[in-house]
Amino acid sequence: MPFIPHTSDQVAAMLAAIGVADLDDLFDEIPTELQTGELTAIPAALPEMDVARLMASRARQDGQPLCFIGAGAYDHHIPAVVWQLLSRGELYSAYTPYQAEASQGTLQILYEFQSMMTALTALDVSNASLYDGASALAEAILMAVRSSRHGKVRRVLVPRNLHPRYRAVVRTIVAQQDIDLVEVPFDPKGGHLTRTALEPLASEPFAALVIPQPNFFGVLEEVDELTDWAQAQGALVIGVVNPLALALLSPPGEWGSRGADIACGEAQPFGMPLASGGPYAGFLCCKQALMRQLPGRIAGRTQDLDGKVGYTLTLQAREQHIRRSRATSNICTNQGLLVNAATIHLALLGAEGLARVAAACHVHTRHLVERLQETPGVVPCFDRPVFHEQALRLPAPAGDVLRSLAAHNILGGYDLSADYPELDPAILVCATELRSAEDIEAYATKLARVIATRSQARCPVEPKL
Amino acid sequence: MSQVPSDLRYTKDHEWARDNGDGTISVGITDHAQEALGDLVFVEVPEPGQLVAAGEACAVVESVKAASDIFSPLAGTVAAVNSSLADAPERINEDPYDQGWIFSLTPADPAAFASLLDADAYARFLEDE
Repeated sequence: MPFIPHTSDQVAAMLAAIGVADLDDLFDEIPTELQTGELTAIPAALPEMDVARLMASRARQDGQPLCFIGAGAYDHHIPAVVWQLLSRGELYSAYTPYQAEASQGTLQILYEFQSMMTALTALDVSNASLYDGASALAEAILMAVRSSRHGKVRRVLVPRNLHPRYRAVVRTIVAQQDIDLVEVPFDPKGGHLTRTALEPLASEPFAALVIPQPNFFGVLEEVDELTDWAQAQGALVIGVVNPLALALLSPPGEWGSRGADIACGEAQPFGMPLASGGPYAGFLCCKQALMRQLPGRIAGRTQDLDGKVGYTLTLQAREQHIRRSRATSNICTNQGLLVNAATIHLALLGAEGLARVAAACHVHTRHLVERLQETPGVVPCFDRPVFHEQALRLPAPAGDVLRSLAAHNILGGYDLSADYPELDPAILVCATELRSAEDIEAYATKLARVIATRSQARCPVEPKL
Repeated sequence: MSQVPSDLRYTKDHEWARDNGDGTISVGITDHAQEALGDLVFVEVPEPGQLVAAGEACAVVESVKAASDIFSPLAGTVAAVNSSLADAPERINEDPYDQGWIFSLTPADPAAFASLLDADAYARFLEDE
């Protein structure tokens, strides 16, 4: 049953009023091959009872594996009160309400979220979130290009050790906008960005350098040196950061002598559960000078006529609903529900709690890496310090090893071979604060057994000497 | 009734142009335009040296309710910009025809200035609008 309120008489009256014979005629400018045909792959409807049974059996297939995968989305503890509060009707919406100022509580939470993000990044302004970290980076790149001498410089340096999905999303979003994304290679020994790799790329002007901190391999970048270098070339610096890491690392606003100009990333580590890839929430912060290039909603704090504190959406004049096709961005919504989750989560943890979680992740990952290295042939791909992830080279095909571990209910890491064939066979591992010493022990023991089994299996075909 | 000084030329997009007598033309928005926009909070000016076509959007004035493009009345090269508007955009509201000038340009064809609306024509246009 389609949820369309109009009767066929009403539809006929509307069509007659505009002189169109048939509803389909309204879509005739769309080429036939792009129009939706019959949806043949969708199975017949099931009764609710059968759907519940089917979904329960699917859920059982998931099991409750021990997760050592990070790669952009992390298995953190979420205090029960976070989602308990979110299920309140006042908060249970993905959207900023229309006539937003009637919902002062919602606006206050957005304002608090922005304040927390500016405090974490040490930048001046934050918006009220975007869809996810990858689209936030695309918006950051568009901001940098717009502000470069009125959009004249359309070249942006994007490192290969940035999350592969972020690079793909950025390519998709800016592909039609005549922006040249130049890939920066990473140092094969350290996994990080170096001046040696960057300098040959600076022979032509570029609008921005993207610096991931930590990068996709978990490796920490020399952010001060890179920021100073890029800004000395007249470019802006965009930091792509794990916001949890900022509890321990220097914030983008303090990188180098002038600080990064824009910071963005994924707020998923704050109260958002792993759920088949999302939904998560992106954040985007910048210096005051770039404020008018910042897309999306911004909640502001002000006073009403009686001098009482009030919250309002502000700086909307360049948004889509006012400026139409000349808007700063066509994104003018946010991830309201997940921002509420992040804000409640951060308020519960506080600065100290956040730093303790970040430190626990770092310590657990170091312990995990030490323990896994006891298996011969398992070695870190890179020799530089990491936050809470590490790329490990394996003595056997990564896909096979991960499948064997999964059979033991362990998600052993992210297979790097498809995105980085030059590292094959290698996996990216992560141990958050949730992975106890016992969990790590279980992983290390099973990994040793899986790899030993594979080496033994090869014995019979080797020549006997 | 908004002011329409007789020594200036105008466009139907509510920009004014003044012949500075030194080969450059100053550009701003009219009293009528500033009144319609309301209190301005931000002005984005072009780059000196930038080439602009007649009718090209080359500056933005932003009020609390709208951001509007400013179109160049003539083709030419941007000669100077009023950088004091960065800190005091309200000058456009207070004194649109003098302190509130936005940019000046060296026209590609100086004779084109005469083709802009004169004060009478602009005043009539405002009455009809």
